[in-house]
Amino acid sequence: MSWSSSNYLCLSSSSSVTQFSRCKLPCESEGQRGKCQDLNRATNISAYNSLKPPSFKLDKGQRRNDHVLKKPRNISAYYSLKPPPYKFDALEPYMSKRTLEVHWGEHHRGYVESLNKYLGKDDILYGYTLDELIRVTYNNGNPLPEYNVAAQVWNHDFFWESMQPGGGNLPILGLLEQIEKDFGSFSNFREEFIETALTLFGSGWVWLVLKRNEKRLAIATTTNAVTPLVWDDIPLLSLDMWEHSYYLDYKNDKARYVNVFMDHLVSWNAALARMARAQSFVNLGEPKIPVA
Amino acid sequence: MVMASVTTIASHLTSTFLYAPEFCRLSQSLHTSQRPCTRKSVSGTISANIDLKPPPYALDALEPHMSKETLEYHWGKHHRGYVNNLNKQIEGTELDKMSLESIILASHNKGDILPAFNNAAQVWNHEFFWESMKPGGGGKPSGELLELINRDFGSFEALIQEFKLAATTQFGSGWAWLVCKCLFHQIYNQKLEPIFFNVYFCVDDLEDKKLVVLKSSNAINPLVLGSYPLLTLDVWEHAYYLDFKNLRPDYISTFLDKLVSWDAVSSRLEAAKVSIEGK
Repeated sequence: MSWSSSNYLCLSSSSSVTQFSRCKLPCESEGQRGKCQDLNRATNISAYNSLKPPSFKLDKGQRRNDHVLKKPRNISAYYSLKPPPYKFDALEPYMSKRTLEVHWGEHHRGYVESLNKYLGKDDILYGYTLDELIRVTYNNGNPLPEYNVAAQVWNHDFFWESMQPGGGNLPILGLLEQIEKDFGSFSNFREEFIETALTLFGSGWVWLVLKRNEKRLAIATTTNAVTPLVWDDIPLLSLDMWEHSYYLDYKNDKARYVNVFMDHLVSWNAALARMARAQSFVNLGEPKIPVA
Repeated sequence: MVMASVTTIASHLTSTFLYAPEFCRLSQSLHTSQRPCTRKSVSGTISANIDLKPPPYALDALEPHMSKETLEYHWGKHHRGYVNNLNKQIEGTELDKMSLESIILASHNKGDILPAFNNAAQVWNHEFFWESMKPGGGGKPSGELLELINRDFGSFEALIQEFKLAATTQFGSGWAWLVCKCLFHQIYNQKLEPIFFNVYFCVDDLEDKKLVVLKSSNAINPLVLGSYPLLTLDVWEHAYYLDFKNLRPDYISTFLDKLVSWDAVSSRLEAAKVSIEGK
């Protein structure tokens, strides 16, 4: 049974059919009046609990004037800017410190700040994880205005983690096997990835995804801020093909940028870890039918 | 690059491109009952190969607002790359002998774009862009252009606001345009079949013309939307990254204050009128 990694859904086997139902929120099970979130919204209990304002109920002996009952502060930031898991100059000479400073410090930061500004306007999109927010704002192809910035925040987080100092070379273990199974050989995959990246017109991303339904790896491209999350595939690697990502280092020489990414930057460790995690949701092996 | 194409130069932006010979041939092959083109055929429709036209000023002439380095890369690498790739793509095909505008309209294919479209449109867009700027540009338009702006936007400042908004909110790569929108009266009157809606004609009276600000993504240009472009601004990141990094609003303001050539816009408006009236 595949279920989204970020939704907290409960299984209940009331009959022979196993049903998905939403986990009950604490407020519902206790029968409290007042703040209970919208029943149709996907649950995310931990985020909900951590942001819940303190209760106004008086403890025994407490008086109304105690400072603990002061009104809660307005929450002003919803998502944070996560730094890359390495220093800015760690990817030199393949991706310069200056690029990291501008790409992360200005572009990525700008997206986070815009997102927080959008979410500060009203409560409608309150309480989602970033993954959920992307799916919700994508709105099945009719994206809401928050979609672009939310998706770009996620995409950039994913991109920084798809690279590492001393990256490149070959994937290892199960990932290499899977690549060889699905592409023929690693060099076929590498060629296809590079060609796909170079034929992308305009701004966008190139991804190595694990396709849930077909249970195989594939290379995907998306334009602007679209991400494979919205069609429920599991991304393992990404490459930012927006011009801001390579212009300072390579100007118009896209081919060199993509080759350098493949040879020196891509983090196969991260891809392997993501694939291992993905295997909790996608069964890549042959189904084992027990013999009676 | 290759031999100069007479028709490419003839079908320069300020000329009546819709009546270029190749376009007439193209449109006639699509639909026989159209009005025949009255313009004489330009002899020596040689062709084919599209040229890389240089900007009408030196590469360092727009300093300090647009650096020489930007122009060297933007024109010398990006624009040149589009021209080279386009020539490679159209060689030996039926697009080979056509003018740039015809290639754009043909490869746009009513939205189902063929491979040559991106390159062809980008070549056209960039030529148009270089000519939309001049050293010591900026200022305000005058004459009929200013009247139309006041009529359609309220004031010049309102146009600037709207143009800035369009350019800033174009997410990803694209262009911001000031166009003169044409209406499709003649098509409706002639009761053409829907397949021929791709052939655009403009009405006779200038009153039906309306100035509009558009934004388009990637390589789309207003020719395929049936409008006469008057002004454009390249908001692909390669256009401003070396000078402004991520500060696109600053780039847009600099363009509008210091670079835009309202003379070019006025003369394009004149050409738009001529091609309508002089049918």
